[in-house]
Amino acid sequence: MTGASLIAFRGVGKTFIVGDRAVEAVRGIDLDVMRGEFVTLVGPSGCGKSTLLNMTAGLFAPSVGTVRYDGGAVAGVNLRTGYMTQSDHLLPWRTVAANIQVPLEIQGRPRGEMHDKVAGLMELVGLAGFERSYPSQLSGGMRKRAALARLLAYDPETLLLDEPFAALDAQLRLNMQIELLRLSRQLNKTVLFVTHDLDEAAALCDRCVVFSGRPGTVRAVIDSPLPRDRDLLRLRHDSRYVELAAALWDMIMPMLAQTAGEGP
Amino acid sequence: MTSDITPTRMIAYRLILVVAILTVWEFASGRLVAEFFISKPSAIFAAFERLIVSGNLFFHAGVTASEAFAGFAIGGTAGIVAGVLLGRSAFLAELLQPFILAFYSLPKIALAPLFVLWLGIGMWMKVVLTATVVFFLVFLNTFTGVRSVSRELVTIVRLMGANERHVLGKIVLPSAISWVFAGLRISVPYALIGAIVGELIAANRGLGFVLANASGQFDTAGVFAALIAIMILAFTLNSLVRLAERRLMPWRTHEASREVTV
Repeated sequence: MTGASLIAFRGVGKTFIVGDRAVEAVRGIDLDVMRGEFVTLVGPSGCGKSTLLNMTAGLFAPSVGTVRYDGGAVAGVNLRTGYMTQSDHLLPWRTVAANIQVPLEIQGRPRGEMHDKVAGLMELVGLAGFERSYPSQLSGGMRKRAALARLLAYDPETLLLDEPFAALDAQLRLNMQIELLRLSRQLNKTVLFVTHDLDEAAALCDRCVVFSGRPGTVRAVIDSPLPRDRDLLRLRHDSRYVELAAALWDMIMPMLAQTAGEGP
Repeated sequence: MTSDITPTRMIAYRLILVVAILTVWEFASGRLVAEFFISKPSAIFAAFERLIVSGNLFFHAGVTASEAFAGFAIGGTAGIVAGVLLGRSAFLAELLQPFILAFYSLPKIALAPLFVLWLGIGMWMKVVLTATVVFFLVFLNTFTGVRSVSRELVTIVRLMGANERHVLGKIVLPSAISWVFAGLRISVPYALIGAIVGELIAANRGLGFVLANASGQFDTAGVFAALIAIMILAFTLNSLVRLAERRLMPWRTHEASREVTV
């Protein structure tokens, strides 16, 4: 992995005004994400991981420092990124299939192509048979899967994923992880992946960024010893994975103990 | 909250209630209260029958219905367009706010004499009066609906590369449509008020004219017969809006039929 970084954070800090209080979400973030890299972000709750995704998507600008995407400063909505937030943001007035179709309609794809692509994606995320259901008729996990299918439908260069699999059961989560990893490798996607699940962070990442909380700062950046093409099903038997996950645990645990007494 | 009485039984109870009221009315008329004031059900039905048989009912109801319908369509469409426009443009909304408020506070029926001067006593005067009344109700609801569109949803589709037209067609309009229908539903009785008040003021046809004419001839039974016709017309218009609502917002039916969980 050589060459210039795709996403570059330089001295980034962000302060929100909540009521009459200033809340510093992140401070002094320096981070480079290379093209085609899978980066997981872990750290205690409220340490500004989502804030970094929002700034990459161009939803708001940093208070200090710069966020550059492919050489240019991010200004306004960054159309080269796709964002899947913690809530699914499906359109309640559209069926699941029609929801997945939204980005294809925006791109002006022909009807037949849209239909085929939506059918394929529904199959991929395990929602076949629910095409005509409305989001209100689905479980939380199914809505997440629909949102993921919609994200994959418009095929952005960079995927910003904020705990995308948190609501899924273990089996389905593993399937989705395998698919995500396969697709991102195959299509050379750059992925920023926020998760609270350290095993997930260790399993998927090329690099894992560990944050410490409030204001969020980068505590460590760990390179994964695992190869880019890895078999998630056999990972449990891989000592490199076990060591990486254990290292993450050792780093995060003291922070959890620290923040345990605080409210949100 | 619904009672645990079966629907058929409920209908039977309602029928009993209606028959009881009509019987008391029929009996009281001429004995407890002068028939001149309250007429009596048998006379009203006879008058209603005469209206039907002579074909007058359908002629006059048709006139009123077309006035109300045309006014409803024109005022509703204008209200939706203006609501979307001002809802999406903060500048226009701020510019026009005091004028809209001023016009909104004006009882629209008070404009009727002006419309008579401008348009005469023909059908168009009633259509414009109805449209004016309906416009404000639909406009305000649509405006509120467009303003309360989830900004998160708009951001999500913007990230997909949506332009203003996409945002409008895929997010703003579908999300505001329940507000639009709320506006349309409360407009139905007002549309009829517009048409009928217009006819009461100046007309030679329509249910309002039948009403005014019967009252002018001290024909109480005729007045009641005209009121029944107006009631049926209002009920029909209401059902049409409800039908359109169900057809255009299928997700609503699904949400209503869903089991409630917390």
